[in-house]
Amino acid sequence: MISLRAYDAIVIGGGPAGLPAAIELASCGAKVAMIDREDRLGGQLTKQTHMFFGSQSQRAGTRGVDIAGILAKEALEKGVEVYLGATVLGYYDDRVIAVEKDERFIKMKATAYVVATGASEKMLAFPNNDLPGVYGAGAIQTLMNVHGVMPGKRALMVGAGNIGLIISYQLVQAGVEVAAIVEAAPRIGGYWVHASKVRRLGIPVLTSHTVTQVHGTDAVERVTVARVDDSWSPVPGTERDFDVDVVGLAVGLSPLTELLWQAGCAMRFVPALGGHVPVRNENLETSVDGLFVAGDVAGVEEASSAMLEGRLAGLAAALKLGRGSVTGVMKAMEEARLELESLRAGPVGDKIRKGLEALAREAMAS
Amino acid sequence: MRITHHPILEFQRGRKVRFTFDGREMEGYEGEPIAAALHAAGVRVLRHSPKLNRPRGFFCAIGNCSSCLMKVDGVPNVRVCVERLREGMQVQTQVGKGDLLESV
Repeated sequence: MISLRAYDAIVIGGGPAGLPAAIELASCGAKVAMIDREDRLGGQLTKQTHMFFGSQSQRAGTRGVDIAGILAKEALEKGVEVYLGATVLGYYDDRVIAVEKDERFIKMKATAYVVATGASEKMLAFPNNDLPGVYGAGAIQTLMNVHGVMPGKRALMVGAGNIGLIISYQLVQAGVEVAAIVEAAPRIGGYWVHASKVRRLGIPVLTSHTVTQVHGTDAVERVTVARVDDSWSPVPGTERDFDVDVVGLAVGLSPLTELLWQAGCAMRFVPALGGHVPVRNENLETSVDGLFVAGDVAGVEEASSAMLEGRLAGLAAALKLGRGSVTGVMKAMEEARLELESLRAGPVGDKIRKGLEALAREAMAS
Repeated sequence: MRITHHPILEFQRGRKVRFTFDGREMEGYEGEPIAAALHAAGVRVLRHSPKLNRPRGFFCAIGNCSSCLMKVDGVPNVRVCVERLREGMQVQTQVGKGDLLESV
């Protein structure tokens, strides 16, 4: 017989969204478990060597990898019970989850859940995209920044959003040459601070370009890129080749929502948020009572907003549980909401604002 | 290839261990993913796909995509991007779907 481990709250995913959620919950006196598939906490933060910006409360000036360490330490100090190398396999109607750890099942139950499972990388269709040497951008980051191994000698990056730009200069930091960055859109999508770093390194950014084919027998040896027209079709005669052994795909992320589907959360398809995302209220509670979401699983954005959403979801879950002082929790929630709003203000937050508006409209319509 | 100098990061590596790849003696660091050790040694083809026999390598690095399935100590379909390296492991290129009964 498998015994049931009971908690006030369980946070699924120990990255930039999950950690603050667990910290807030535990600070309010809740008994909290946190589950993560990896062997260390921090999620994608552990691979980020760049300094964050924004305001002081958003940990500006600190590198992602260091933020991971700070948050993980805080969570442990607050008494969060952490399960590492553990995968949540299923969510059941009676608020029970099944977890696999060390090839054993653990059954757990909680009154509130915060799902912060993040996102996975999107693929791009072109001939030979399955050859060794074509990597998801995150894989390159993991290989270099966690394991200290170079992915190859010379790389071409696909995508000039923040991830494509950041990984390009991380490749150079690791000693890998970057031949070019291609971006199908007519302009660079990432922050100028990252684009400027890449330009200072002399890496050409080819906007309105895409990969049309990869060549090689056992692994990537060469890549063909071409200009695209207004309808994203390659323009014949504009092809050119780069001799590279690495092609990195940074073409977007989609939310990892399997558990939300299984839990029966109302979902809507919102392309600006990365795909199917959960309908939720202003406290990040989904249509399933007591099930909260935070970070990329709720809509692909970035780590600073994920941390704020985590805080908000954690506080809202604590309020639901009746933990902490009501006025204190509500004041902190209001602060987190305002910070999120200011983070999403301005042209950079345009896409996410439109996405959230579309989600609200979609949710109302049905 | 290993990164020897990095402007920001320092890598905490385990002790050196020996393992074999398709019978060839290799070295890696204990606890790192098998795929990282292979990659550092220049091995990029980890298996051949079941239908079209196409070479497959390391793709997602976090155990999501199943591109890197290999035979480890006789057991097929091991995700070597997340399986940790230990002394004396026998790592083999996997061809096709892998047969569990073979490893019994």
